Formats: sequence, structure tokens, C-alpha cells
Amino acid sequence: MTNAKDQVLLDKLAHAAREGKISRRSFMHYAAVAGVTSTTATGLWTSSAKAEPKRGGTYRLAQHDGNSSDTHDPGTYITFAMINLAHTYRSYLTQIEPDQSLGGDIATEWSATPDAKEWTFKLTDKASFHSGAKVTANDILASMNHHRGEGNTSAAAALLADVADVVDNGDNSVTFKLNSPNADLPWLMTDYHLAIVPANEDGSANWQSGDGSGPYKLVENEFGVGSRLVRHDGWHGEGAYFDEVEILIINDPNARQTAVITGDVDAASQLENKTLGLLSRNPDIKIDNVASAAAVTMPMHTNAAPFDNPDVRNALKLSVNREELIEKIQFGAATIGNDFHHSPAMPYFPESIEQRPYDPEQAKALLKKAGAEGLTVNLSTADSVTSGAVDAAVLYAEHAKAAGITINVVREANDGYYSDVWLKKPWCMVQWGARPTPDVMYSLAYKDDASWNESFWQNERFNVLLRQGKAELDDAVRAEIYTEMGQIARDDGGTVIPYFPNFVYARRGNLEHTGELAASWPMDGARAAQRWWFA
Amino acid sequence: MGDIARLVGQRLGLGLIILLVISVIIFFMVELLPGDIAQAVLGQGATEENLAALRKEMGLDQPAIVRYLAWLKDAVTFDFGSSIVTKTPVTEIIGERFMNTLFLAAYAAVIAVPVAIVLGVLVALLRNSIFDRVANVATLTSISSPEFFLGYILILYFSVKWGMFPAISSLSEGMSFGELLNRTFLPALTLVLVVVAHMMRMTRAAIINLLASPYIEMARLKGTPPWKVIVRHALPNAWAPIINVVALNLAYLITGVVLVEVVFVYPGIGQALVDAVSKRDFPVVQACCLIFAATFILLNLAADVGAILTNPRLRHPK
Repeated sequence: MTNAKDQVLLDKLAHAAREGKISRRSFMHYAAVAGVTSTTATGLWTSSAKAEPKRGGTYRLAQHDGNSSDTHDPGTYITFAMINLAHTYRSYLTQIEPDQSLGGDIATEWSATPDAKEWTFKLTDKASFHSGAKVTANDILASMNHHRGEGNTSAAAALLADVADVVDNGDNSVTFKLNSPNADLPWLMTDYHLAIVPANEDGSANWQSGDGSGPYKLVENEFGVGSRLVRHDGWHGEGAYFDEVEILIINDPNARQTAVITGDVDAASQLENKTLGLLSRNPDIKIDNVASAAAVTMPMHTNAAPFDNPDVRNALKLSVNREELIEKIQFGAATIGNDFHHSPAMPYFPESIEQRPYDPEQAKALLKKAGAEGLTVNLSTADSVTSGAVDAAVLYAEHAKAAGITINVVREANDGYYSDVWLKKPWCMVQWGARPTPDVMYSLAYKDDASWNESFWQNERFNVLLRQGKAELDDAVRAEIYTEMGQIARDDGGTVIPYFPNFVYARRGNLEHTGELAASWPMDGARAAQRWWFA
Repeated sequence: MGDIARLVGQRLGLGLIILLVISVIIFFMVELLPGDIAQAVLGQGATEENLAALRKEMGLDQPAIVRYLAWLKDAVTFDFGSSIVTKTPVTEIIGERFMNTLFLAAYAAVIAVPVAIVLGVLVALLRNSIFDRVANVATLTSISSPEFFLGYILILYFSVKWGMFPAISSLSEGMSFGELLNRTFLPALTLVLVVVAHMMRMTRAAIINLLASPYIEMARLKGTPPWKVIVRHALPNAWAPIINVVALNLAYLITGVVLVEVVFVYPGIGQALVDAVSKRDFPVVQACCLIFAATFILLNLAADVGAILTNPRLRHPK
């Protein structure tokens, strides 16, 4: 304890902890800022935290999106069921914490050279595989090289394309050498493909056995049906409060919901938005509704008329009533978008950018200025894009009528939508999965030369800032850069972003969490088995 | 009995040809689906290079006809290959699930067939009575509702409201037989409701048809009680159409249950087939479809043999 100011901070922290508004990690972090040693801080946390985790019990989860052709190969993890399972039986270098900050998993600390071209991760010496062996730098190398090099078959190859080499420093640390600066590398390490698996003698990755170093060890597993796991006693991290975890693959939303209502399971990984209202009346069930970094976008081809005129683009952005879309299409389970692809669930989110309203009058004025009054455009969409995609487009068309704009909704075929419509039709609707940082998202779909630059958008200042941000290690400077980029994308970009769909999941009343939930994936960033507990 | 053996032999030979034709159709149908395995496995994040690498690893760089012939060569020796995606032998993927499907079908059949035939005889006996009407309306209602809907209704009452049976029919190792029957009761009941109407109405129709025959008239005139007229005199002649309908419904219980599996989370073969199609995993799709086709062929054969055995006249066609 140092001075009065710090004491006030500590009191506030303790209060926040009691209210359940702060995670243990952030508590420890702020307590350290206030000059408290970690032992004292731990004591403070335990005495003030609202609910204290208890060990024991079998956690049964109804998991959506499982397939019998899922495999243990991290390079081809693709279903939500595998993403969830991977975070339960395997571990990663880093993890996204419930407060959306970046924390360590196998890596305890990480640092970069000033040019952000070399990143060194120091590894914990406590981690072990379920088979007993320690997790060494060698295993990290094998796990990373599984996604690199000629002829590899990993979906994460593009993610690590910039990595020139990964080397073992011999002191329980590894260094990633990059071809170009990337300040986001520690964030990329949370990608679900980059699970740590044991190395073979020849340095290749042994993923086939299903061995891992995660909090739970697989005992029984049938892909597409379910898994049973028991606590890994050598788990290096915090948590793993349950004795056992049972995951049941239930692809039918109705069956998932029934299972959680009847108590056949303790939690369901995804709910249908349309039944949320009814389900929330059930006193035995708690619903978690978490803003995510997934997004629904409507990119216009900015290199072709009429979308080559920013006034036309902005008129279309002004003609959508986002609140009504969220209320009627998503049943409230979405976070409002502001036409730049940076969700509040991502780091460096710029709070200061003004929310664009629904303003048909201003849209009309902009169209008049552009000489495009009575604009008629086609909007391509398909049912498979996102739940209620076609309805959302029709509703948007109604909103736009007030601005004198005619939007013809073109319903495309579900099959082959992303090869025949996306990047081909001048204006269409797209669903994007969550990406960990704004840099990853902007580099993928907004950078001038990106192959997925879905709006064919060219903005010099935006691209200068993008390159600058990628190499910038100072968080404060990066936050400024992403604020300016957000503003540019909002005012000049060719993409309407009406909302970011939320993750919505349910749990029985006796299943507890800290009150904060990681937004990278459903179920607390797919780490509910590690972080939650029974009251 | 020699003629029956010859019939069985002929029909089995024909069945093999049908299976061959079906395997060709399935193979090219899977080929026609948009997208390929590599795209389905790697998803949105795939690059051209690793798609190519994966295709090569899976042998997809070979022409379709070469891949089909390679599969056929192994299939002739009952080696149905391995899943392209998971590399697990097909028999391992399907084996246990097929047993689960057979179990559920048997469970439903053991209840449905006797119930349907007894009900059929009863409504034929009491035809045009209130009992006949009620039984017909009830069974027709259940057959007209989609099976997933029936499943949801049963779950709503038997699990959510009354808590009598579990809503989820997941199986675990070391389950006792009683527990197994309890867990799978609702899906079995759903299937029973779906198939009873068809069999019951065929029994009723076949019997009523015969009641106008002179020999029935004779039986009545000599003073045989009505139930005996039906059970002893009409029923034996009605077996052929009834057996046919029963066989058709048994085949349905094995091949048509994917919706019930999904609703009750039952690990049967239907879900495996759906998963394999979504991944374009040809060997698994092929094996599932051939099992379904063989089921139809064998049950139809059994129905014909059964019909012949119960009616000696059919053995000597004029």
C-alpha cells in the first residue's frame, strides 16, 4: 500500500470485483499498477470477489455444428464443435481473456524487436501433455511448422505466410522471424488452428493421437457425436474447476434448447434468436448475449458506377435503419454497426466515432448533389448468408424508399454463393467470421491489393495508416491509427455494416462465470470448460 | 421348395446389378455437387496452394472414372475403403451407427407391427363403428404430420411437461438394456406413430376385401363367430399384401429416420450420411447408400418369399 490515491483505486477495484464487473486478471493487473504485491492482491481478490469458483462436478454441454468427418488435425479444424473442443483438450501460445485483453497460455510473456519483425515468446515450464511429456520449444516448432512450408494442407497457411522462420532459442523460448513487421503476432497466436501438439522425432507434428496440453484430457471421443473428458492434473493454467466435461453434439437448435430446459445438459452453445424472448422467462436458465467480432457486411464495388461516387455510398449508408434491423431480424441480439469493420469486441475499438443515424433526408440531399436522384440498385443476397438475410435486405429496401432509393433484392442460390456472387455482383450481402484484431480484418478485406478487398476500395491514406499500424508497437499510437482508419472507412468506404451479430448461449442457473466473457467465440471464447464452475 | 430357392437366387443376382447401377449414380451425383472435399475441409481460409496440396493428398487429382474404378475394385472384395477426410475405415465409421439404427428400427418394429395388425383386424371386425373411425382418424393424423413435428410434440409432453422420458437419446458405453430402452423410447414411439397407419389400413382393407368372398359367406352361414371368420378364414388370404406393406415400412424404419435422429440426437447412420454429403466424402456416402439400397432389396425379397409361403397358389402362376 503506497498512498491515498492508490487506496481509493483499490477500494474501487474491490467494489468492482464484488459486483462481478471485473475479471481476476484485470484485478491483478490494476492492483499491480496500484503498487500491491501479487500475494496481497490475490488475498484481496479472494476476499472481495463476488463469487468464488468451486471445484467439482460434471459439466455437460450441448454443442452445435459438429460433423462426423471432424478430425484431430488442427490445420483442418473448421466446425464450431472442433473450435470448442480444441480449447478444451489442447492449449495455445496465447489466449483472449474474458476482458478481451491478450493473456498467456503456454507463453508467459512475449516481446518484439523495435521493428516488430521478430517476436520472442517465453514458455511456461509447467505445461505438460496428457501423455505425461513436458511441453517444450520443440513441440511449439512442430505445431507451427504444421501450417507452414511447401505442400502443407492447413487452413492457417495464409495466416502464417509472413513467418520466415520459427527458432528454438534453447532457453525455453521461441522466436518468430517475420518477412515484414507485424505488431499483431501475439494476437494471431490465439487462432484456433494454432493448437499445440506434441512433436514427432523427425520434427513433424503428432496430431493424430489426440494428445494435447489443455485443461481436460479426452477419455472418449466420437466426432460428430460427443466427447468425454477428465481434468488434466498437470494443467499449467488457472481454472479447470470441473472434474469432468461431457460434450454432446446437438446440431438441431430445438433439441439443444430442450436439453438445457429439461436439464439433460448444463449449457447450450448457441440459441435461436427467435426463441430468446420465451427462453429468458424461464427462471432456471441464464442467457449470455455477447457482442462478437463477427459481422454482416454489404460491400459495393467502388470501382464501378454508381458506387464510384462516395456521396452515393453514403446515401445508401444513411438509408438503413439499423436499430430496426437489429430488433426485427436479430431479435435484439446484435451490436450496431457504423460502416467500419471494427467491432467493439476487438481491441483498440474507437469509441469516439459518431454513430451514423438513419437519415433519409440527408441521403436525398447527397443523391441530389451526386446527380443520382431516384437511384435504383440491386442488392444480392441468399438465405445461407446469415439468419434472416433475405428479410434483412427486404427491410432495408423499405427503409431506403424514404430516401427515394429503389433497392431490388436479388435472391441468389445458396450453393456457390461465395464463388458466383461475392466479389462478382456489384452489391451483395456477406457474413464475416470473427477476426482477432482490426489489422487482420482490414488487411484481409479492405487493403488496396487484398484479393478479398470486397468493395475494391482504394484509399491512399487508409492504406498508409494500415501499414503504419501493422509495424507500431505502442498501443496508444495504434489506437489513434485505428480511430482514424475507422473514420475514413466510415466516411469513404464502400461497405455498409448494419450490425455485428452477437453470440447467444444458455446455461442452467447453477453454472457460474466471472460475469465477463471473451467474445472471440461462443462459450467464453470456447474456454467455458476451463473458466466456469458450478455454484 | 426348389422354385423358391431359384427365385431367391435370381432376385439376389438382380439385386447385385441394381447395387452396381446405384453405386455409379451415387458416385456421379456426389461429383456433380458444387465445391469439392478440399474446399469443404479447409473452408474460407484456404489458399490455392494448400487446396492443391490437399487434393493431391486425397487423390482428387485423378480423373473421376479412375477413382470410381479403384473404389469398385476394392468394393467387390467387400473393402469399402476409408473416409477421404478422416482416413478412418468406412466400416469403422458406419459399423456402430448402423447397429444403432438397426436397434431403433427393431425397437419400433416390435411395437408397431403387432399393434398395427391387431388394430387392423379389430377395425375390420368393427368396421364403420365409432372405434373404426377414431382409430383411422388418429393414425391418419399421425402419419400426416412430419415426423420431426411428432417428435417435438412427444418431447414437449413426455419430457418437458411430465418428465417421464429423456428428451435426448444419446448413448453411452456400459448402459444397461433397460436404460437403453428408456432412453430410446421417444424416438421409437415417434417411428411407431409414423408407420402404424399404413400397415393398419392395409390390413383392414385386405380383410374387408375378402369379406365379400363366397367362402367367407359359407363360414358365416355355418355359424362361425365373426372374430373367427376374420382370424381363421380371411386373414390367411390377406397376408400377401400385409407382408408387402410391413416390409416397405421396415425398410423405411432403417432408411428414413434421419429427421428423428436429429431431433432426438440419436447416433444413427442417417446423421453420418448427412455429414458425409456435406463434406463430399464419397466412400462414406457410397457405403451408406448401398446399405440403404440393399435393405430395400432384401426386404422386398423377404416380402415376396413370405407372400409365396403363406399362399401356395402364388407358387404356381398360371
